[in-house]
Amino acid sequence: MPVIKTQNKIAELETGDTLEVICTDPGALSDIPTWCRINGHLVKDSRENGDEVIILIEVN
Amino acid sequence: MTKQRKAVALISGGLDSLLAAKLMIDQGIHVEGINFYTGFCVEGHTHAIRKQDKDKPKRNNALWSAEQLGIKLHIIDIIDEYKDVLINPKHGYGANMNPCLDCKIFMVGKARQWMEENDFDFIITGEVMGQRPMSQRKNLLPVVVRESGADDRLVRPLCAQNLVATLPETKGWINRSKMKKFSGRNRKPQMALAAKFGFDDYATPAGGCCFLTDKSYSDKLVDLWQARNSKDYELDDIMLLKVGRHIRPAPHYKLIVSREDGENKFLKGYKKQFTAIELISHNGPLTLIDGELSDDDLHFASRIATRFSQGRDAESVTVKVTRPTGEELQLDIPPLPVSEIKKEWYV
Repeated sequence: MPVIKTQNKIAELETGDTLEVICTDPGALSDIPTWCRINGHLVKDSRENGDEVIILIEVN
Repeated sequence: MTKQRKAVALISGGLDSLLAAKLMIDQGIHVEGINFYTGFCVEGHTHAIRKQDKDKPKRNNALWSAEQLGIKLHIIDIIDEYKDVLINPKHGYGANMNPCLDCKIFMVGKARQWMEENDFDFIITGEVMGQRPMSQRKNLLPVVVRESGADDRLVRPLCAQNLVATLPETKGWINRSKMKKFSGRNRKPQMALAAKFGFDDYATPAGGCCFLTDKSYSDKLVDLWQARNSKDYELDDIMLLKVGRHIRPAPHYKLIVSREDGENKFLKGYKKQFTAIELISHNGPLTLIDGELSDDDLHFASRIATRFSQGRDAESVTVKVTRPTGEELQLDIPPLPVSEIKKEWYV
């Protein structure tokens, strides 16, 4: 699940780092921004590009 | 200065765990949520795949619950560890392949482990005595307490007044009288409490939140195990059981035939791992074949696959077959008449 992979990756990063998530799960467009909101990280951009979902996150 | 007491709440995404956590937050407990991903979760997954459900909100209800509560949610991947729960449940299965009691014991045990590692004080679940037919029977709730190792640090706010007092209650961290005495299968008390808290868009999964409670899914899982003569599985195996028509015309191979555009798109992601059949001359589904096929098998499988295409009544349909090696061939196939597709082939 992309949100789990995002969660686990962010745990390795520092405040101020940027993470770009690319996946093909359309549910991620909802799940990852929700996870970021409740855990205090900032979604700088989210979009679909064909079959891909791309989300840019600034780690808090 | 009174120590801030902290609890980890098992958040499934359902109403009961939402309410249980809320009751504790309202008593001044710092709550964080934990959700376990087994691979068998119904959560938003099938809605995100199927085109017919395109307009349904694609949300993970556990995340939604956490956002309503204003709490953090830790999502833990337990796919590998869960295999032993599913394959060797000490307390057996429910009506289908659902090892609910072992599952609850396992998850509460994991929550206990998380509680200890993170210096939290107790665990919260939304269990209600007598609600679930397998894991929430009155005589089995103590089994969860004991076998998970949570002991008196497991609090069930929705039915606490029916149960023996826990450590947080005897220590005065939480007030027993402010918890509930729900029991049985009636959902009205929970719905009334939700209305009181202002929750109105919570999940009401009629079929449950786990695919293992579903007969159709369970049949496919058993079929997979029997065909492989092994109960082992990978995440991809159990994801593929959630989509498509599964047709086994012979013991050594199975077709997964997509039923619509969304499933087509989903199955495309697995194309390279299987023999794939795609329609060229007519519109139709993508079909993946799990198993080793002879040329005769491949021809017959293609006849079945084309049965589900718009060329089903044509004398011949052209398909492209791609083997996992990358080898491609084009075949002209007479679709199998519907009368020759045996009912027992459907898994």
